[in-house]
Amino acid sequence: MNIPRLIVRELLFRRWNALLSLVSIAAAVACLLGALVTLRTYDRRAETELAAREAALHEQMARMEDNYRKITKNMGFNILVLPRDQNLTDFYSENFADKLMPAEYAQRLAAATNVASIRHVLPMLQQKLEWPEQRRKVLLIGVQGRMTYALKAGGEEPLVKPVPPGTAALGYELHHSLGLTNQSEIVFMGRRLKVSAVHPERGTIDDITLWVDLPLAQALLGRTNQISCIVALECECGWGNLPLVRQDIQAILPDTQVLELAGKALARAEARREAGQNAQEAIDRERRGRAEQRRQREAFAAVLVPLVLAACSLWVGLLAWMNLRERRVEIGILRALGLRQTHVAVVFLGKAALLGLTGAVLGAAVAIPAAAALAHTHAAAALQLIGWPALAQTLVLTPLLTMLASWIPAMLAAQQDPAHVLREG
Amino acid sequence: MCCGKGDKGENRRISNNEFRIRKGDGTMLKITNIAQSYRGSADEVVAVRDVSLAVNGGEFVAVQGPSGCGKTTLLLICGALLAPDSGTATVEGTDLYALPADARARFRAQHIGFVFQQFHLIPYLNVRDNVLAGALATGAPLPATRAEELIGRFGLAGRIQHLPSELSMGERQRVALARALLNQPGLVLADEPTGNLDEASGDVVLTALADYARAGGAVLMVTHDPRAGRIASRTLSMRAGRLA
Repeated sequence: MNIPRLIVRELLFRRWNALLSLVSIAAAVACLLGALVTLRTYDRRAETELAAREAALHEQMARMEDNYRKITKNMGFNILVLPRDQNLTDFYSENFADKLMPAEYAQRLAAATNVASIRHVLPMLQQKLEWPEQRRKVLLIGVQGRMTYALKAGGEEPLVKPVPPGTAALGYELHHSLGLTNQSEIVFMGRRLKVSAVHPERGTIDDITLWVDLPLAQALLGRTNQISCIVALECECGWGNLPLVRQDIQAILPDTQVLELAGKALARAEARREAGQNAQEAIDRERRGRAEQRRQREAFAAVLVPLVLAACSLWVGLLAWMNLRERRVEIGILRALGLRQTHVAVVFLGKAALLGLTGAVLGAAVAIPAAAALAHTHAAAALQLIGWPALAQTLVLTPLLTMLASWIPAMLAAQQDPAHVLREG
Repeated sequence: MCCGKGDKGENRRISNNEFRIRKGDGTMLKITNIAQSYRGSADEVVAVRDVSLAVNGGEFVAVQGPSGCGKTTLLLICGALLAPDSGTATVEGTDLYALPADARARFRAQHIGFVFQQFHLIPYLNVRDNVLAGALATGAPLPATRAEELIGRFGLAGRIQHLPSELSMGERQRVALARALLNQPGLVLADEPTGNLDEASGDVVLTALADYARAGGAVLMVTHDPRAGRIASRTLSMRAGRLA
């Protein structure tokens, strides 16, 4: 016979009182844990959905980037560097640059470490002339024979396939009208060349263009180490920001002028960037919306859970007070038998703690599967959502809260005058 | 007369050795010039007026008087449960109300046994635990063997696992008696212990108290029961808060 046994026997004897307390405590704990699981499930689901949407957006943006790259490649480079003395009226009317600058400019531009706004660099030598063997006008373009300078991108694939030395690439009108195909042999300005590429119809001056290796063009035109222009591709940071590109290039090549070409590509890039920005903003809006919803749920839980806890505490306190009323004589007897006020308080608070702990365990046992069912997950996942620290805190704090709720009845019981009770019989 | 019919074991006289009273002869209880009054709704009610009394070990003192004459108040004062307005109360030489509350409670647990008219058993404890509850506050290991001995002495061995609600009135009072005697107190206070019992059961209780007194304990009983006069070693009359 000891005080814990006394508590347990009394609990079993007045089982309805105990059961009502247990149910209310378990309900409060279930409500608390349920709210926790619901909020965390919402968080996790929202995060998963948003992450999936962001991943989809990034994938879509990557696809657009690739498409843009291809489009840009098809449309040609969008930056043109010309000698400063090139007359633009002539350039636009003749469709080629007739002034010259040192070929070394292209290397200098490609090698410059302080130019961030351009990537691929392709030097060219252009001359509109008559193909003497065929007696027809062509635009001769000598391009870098091996590859473009792609130094800026750290070894990216060149955008333009090189024209191998000793070969020529022909525009549509040239190879179509002359019946030339790949591997055909032509003679151009006395040089025997093999056709390395025949281009489809573009509806531009490209259709009457003949591309050869840059050194060959320089030799044919007597322009050793000279070029007429450099074409380049802006990096993303430079799109739509011509002043920045100009500033970058002219810092390296002060004797040049910079034009921006291929407006369609820029428009597409702009549209793409805007689409990406809009999609990101939509995701951000949704994220904010979900955060707001989360805050509202949290605010609701922040009101509901304390209300439930307060109602439960009141109910437990009321039941403890009823229990005290019912046990007045018993307390008087226990005091007559020598139990001190502390013992009586321990009897009541110990009972409250035991009810609290049992109620918390029951509440958790009910809440975890119920929350799992509501959140369409399994009990282990719900338990993981709650987390062991939160569960441990609940199991510790619930008995403390129950003791707090029973504190006043326990103190009243402890201070009860045994003589008064026994005199009343 | 007092040991007539009843359950098995009820009519057996209990030896001094069986009760094992710790104290021998001498003044177990001494109250001097005790007065106690209560604040009523209209005026003050004087329950006990200038009462002095001494009860020695081996003495069975019965106090008789009408209801409301202050008998129970006197008993509560003697039992260290109610501090008097004036006067002193000593048990086994200890001034009860000079002790701090906790020490007084411990003293009560160790030196004073109570028997009430309403039995006041703890309803959710079985017979064994109800008897052992008498030692709950002593701080010492529970005297389980002695409890079972007492239960056997009072003919309740077959009822040891029963709850109070499953016992007869007489059995309940015997449980209460066993609880009161568990700690071998020097003083047993009984408040109308036969008030709710039939004659036979009342005889068992009175005989047990008399035996306890004969074994060296001091018994102070307040009662209406006329048999008390025949069995008690001394009978006092109380009227309007005064002993005569």
